[in-house]
Amino acid sequence: MEPAVLIEGVHKHYGKLQALQGIHLSIAKGEFFGLLGPNGAGKSTLINIIAGLTRANQGTVAVLGHDNVRQYRLARRHLGLVPQELVFDPFFTVREILRIQSGYYGLGSENDPWIDELIGTLMLADKAHTNMRALSGGMKRRVLIAQALVHKPEVVVLDEPTAGVDVELRQSLWDFVRRLHHEGHTIILTTHYLEEAEALCERIAILDKGKVIALDTTRGLLARGVGRTLRLLVTATAPIGAVPAQLERLVSRCVDNQLELQLNRESDSVVDVIDAVRACGITIVDLRTEEADLEDVFMELTRERWQ
Amino acid sequence: MNPRGLYTLFYKEVLRFSKVWLQTVAAPLITTLLYLLVFSQALSQHVNVYGHIDYTTFLLPGLIMMSIIQNAFANSSSSIIQSKITGNMFFILVPPLSYLEFYLAFLLAAMLRALVIGAGIYLVGQAFTSLTVAHPLIVVLFAVLSSAALASVGILAGMWADKFDQLGGVQNFLIMPLSFLSGVFYSIHSLPDFWQSASKLNPFFYMIDGFRYGFFDLADIDPYLSFYVLIITVALLSTCCLYLLRRGYKLRT
Repeated sequence: MEPAVLIEGVHKHYGKLQALQGIHLSIAKGEFFGLLGPNGAGKSTLINIIAGLTRANQGTVAVLGHDNVRQYRLARRHLGLVPQELVFDPFFTVREILRIQSGYYGLGSENDPWIDELIGTLMLADKAHTNMRALSGGMKRRVLIAQALVHKPEVVVLDEPTAGVDVELRQSLWDFVRRLHHEGHTIILTTHYLEEAEALCERIAILDKGKVIALDTTRGLLARGVGRTLRLLVTATAPIGAVPAQLERLVSRCVDNQLELQLNRESDSVVDVIDAVRACGITIVDLRTEEADLEDVFMELTRERWQ
Repeated sequence: MNPRGLYTLFYKEVLRFSKVWLQTVAAPLITTLLYLLVFSQALSQHVNVYGHIDYTTFLLPGLIMMSIIQNAFANSSSSIIQSKITGNMFFILVPPLSYLEFYLAFLLAAMLRALVIGAGIYLVGQAFTSLTVAHPLIVVLFAVLSSAALASVGILAGMWADKFDQLGGVQNFLIMPLSFLSGVFYSIHSLPDFWQSASKLNPFFYMIDGFRYGFFDLADIDPYLSFYVLIITVALLSTCCLYLLRRGYKLRT
C-alpha cells in the first residue's frame, strides 16, 4: 500500500551544521506515528521539510505519493500542520481566519459546514466572532488545530501541540486527535511529553543529531533491553548508611530508608540483589519493580548526548 | 493555478488594510490634502507653471502620484514584514499557493489601496482646484504601472527586511527622498542643469511626469520616454520579485 508519507534520503545542512543526515522513513496510511528526539535533534526541520517550509539539500518527500516539491499543490492539499509556536494573524476573527485558510486550499462557501463543525468540536463557538488577539493561549491553540484541519487533510502533523497547554486542554486535545485517528487520518506527532507518545503512538522514530537512531513500534521500543528499575523499600531505625559494596554500581538513589537500584535485565539477578541487601542486615518490608518506560528508552538511546 | 487561493490571499490583504482604514486610507489622504492646502495657500498667488497653470492645479497630480507611490510600497512591505515577524506567514506558505499567486495577491492588494487613496485625493482635491483630465487612459495607465512598481519594491523590501527598523530605513532614506525629489512640487525646468539631469536618474520622476501629462497634455519630457522607463522598471521589479519568491528568499529556509 502506498505510504502516507515517504521520506527518502533527506539531508539538510545550515552552513556546517548537519541538521538532517540521510533520513529514511515510511509512514503508513492511518498510522499514529511519533517523532521524538532531544532539542536540536532535527524533528522540526524534518516536519518543516515535509510541509514545504524548509527545502532539503538532498532527498525527497512524498505525501500520498505526491512529491512535495514537484507536485507541491497535491502534496500540500493532503497535509495539515499544527505549528509549535502560537502564531496568529491579529487582524481577523476566528471565523474569518478559518474561511481565509479554507480559501487558500481552493475551497469556498461549500466548506462552511465543515468550518462550523470544527468550531463546534473544538469548543470555539462562543469565540467565532472574537478577534484572535483576544483569545487565551489555549483557545489560540485550538484555532491552530482548526486551521490545520480546515481542508480535511488525510495527513495531520502536530509539532508539539501541547507545549505550554494546561492539563485539561491537553486531555481534550488528545481526545480530539484520537478521534481523528479513528476516523482514518494519519497522525504524525512530535512531543516532549513522552508518556503521551507512549499512550498514543503506534510506531515511534527517535531522532538524534539528525539521524534516526531507533524506529520501532511503541511496544517494540519498550521491550528493548535497556534496563529495569528495582526499587526496594526497607524499614530501618536509622537511614540506610552503608550500601553493600557489590551493589554500589547499581545504586541510582539512596535517600533515608529508600534504596533505588538500576538493574540490567540480562546480567543482574533480582534474587542476588535482594540477598545482598538482606546480608547487610537490612529488613525489606516492601519491594516494587518498574519496567522501563519510553523515557528510559529515550534516555538510553540518547545517552551519548547527555554524557 | 489556484484561482480561489489567489483571490483569498488578495481578499485577506484587502480586508487587512480595510480593518485599519483610518491608518491605511484616511491618514494618507488627510496628510496629502494638508500638503495641498498649505502649499496652495502659500504659493498659488505667486507661481504659475507651464506658463498658465496655477500652482494648486499643477501640484495636485504630483501629490496624487506621491501618495500612490508611498502607499503601494507601505502596503505590501508592512504586510509581509508583519507576517514574517509575528510568524503568521506560516499560514500562507503551507497551503498550495504558488510563488506567482503570492506575488499577484500582494501586488494587487497594494495597488488597490494606492489607487483608492489616489482617487480619493483627486476627488477631494476638486474642492481646492478644478483639475481636468486631458488623457484619462494615460492617467490610469501611469497610476496602475506606478503602483505596481512600488508594490513590487514593497514586496522586495518586506522579504529582505528582518525587522521594522530596516523597513523604516528603506521608507525614510529611499522612498521618501526619491518621491520628494521627483518633481512633485516643481517642474524640473525650474532647476539648474545639473539637478535637471540628476532628476532624470530618479525613476519616480518619470511616474509623476507621465501622470501629469495625462492631466495637462504638458510634461517636462516626452511621455513616451516616461512610459518606456516605467514599463521597464515594472518588468525588472516583477522579475526580481518572482525570482526571489520562487527561491523562497528569507521566507522558506
